[in-house]
Amino acid sequence: WFAAVVSSVLSSGINAEYGGEKNGGTRTVPVQKSPRFYPTEDCKTPLKNRRVAKPTKLRGSIVPGSVVILLAGSHRGKRVVVLKQLPSGLLLVTGPYKINGVPLRRVDQTYVIATSTKVELPALPAIGDEIFKRKGKPTKNEKEMFVDNAGDNSYKISAEKVALQKEIDALVVPAVKKVDMLQSYLRSRFTLTKGQFPHEMKF
Amino acid sequence: MQPVKLFSKGVVTGYRRGLRNQDSSISLVKIEGVTSKADTEFYLGKRIAYVYRGLKSRKNKITKRDTKLRVIWGKVRRAHGSSGVVRASFRTNLPPKAIGATVRVMLYPSRV
Repeated sequence: WFAAVVSSVLSSGINAEYGGEKNGGTRTVPVQKSPRFYPTEDCKTPLKNRRVAKPTKLRGSIVPGSVVILLAGSHRGKRVVVLKQLPSGLLLVTGPYKINGVPLRRVDQTYVIATSTKVELPALPAIGDEIFKRKGKPTKNEKEMFVDNAGDNSYKISAEKVALQKEIDALVVPAVKKVDMLQSYLRSRFTLTKGQFPHEMKF
Repeated sequence: MQPVKLFSKGVVTGYRRGLRNQDSSISLVKIEGVTSKADTEFYLGKRIAYVYRGLKSRKNKITKRDTKLRVIWGKVRRAHGSSGVVRASFRTNLPPKAIGATVRVMLYPSRV
């Protein structure tokens, strides 16, 4: 790479005027100055990584519209409808919010048990991972570092999300109501009781 | 909010051992209701939590609540023998007082 730099230096240049009697009037000043330091040995540049990430392979049992049991988190045990798989690989899931209080949420498929129940979903508006992105904490400059944060930094749901939730619920809830008892099924929570063993269950 | 049970109960039966030596990095867990090697297939890879109490209250870093409960997390590695016992390894080896204690075998990572 050093050879490349030198050759570029020698090829390009600006003609600059210099004052002073004995300074020669004009001289070519290189556009790119040669580096002040260079390593004694040429170092290899690593090959460019051309890997493109694919979303995780969806289990065959999970399909848009399938009802799924959340296994962890604040909504554990709740039965919930899968809307689709997002480009990040996570599942986009909704209660629907009106039925069991689970909002539009992303869930990893390993934290979910797929049941054989499926809901016929109508065409839904396109949703990506962007609405779920959290805004980073504001970086404090030196003065503010010692001042106690007066503002409330807790997470507040954006109006955009609330509107999107209403829009999607308006499509999903009627589809749920069409199926007999599905609404009360989604309201109930999954739990293991005495004598129940998951390896014996058919979900 | 009604509490829901989303784990299987298991009992720590000891460490992997020969008659006179034991490997304390691998615990043996007997999961309730699992009586054959074929039944253990569901539980392979599932996370296990050994929950116990300490004397002093500590603040939980996730829930930010003071609690005396502590956990050692681990996972089900493989079957042990043909009667449904399972080998588990934990992030730190289980203390010997855990032998005979209950352990929670969670339902995640789920492959169903």
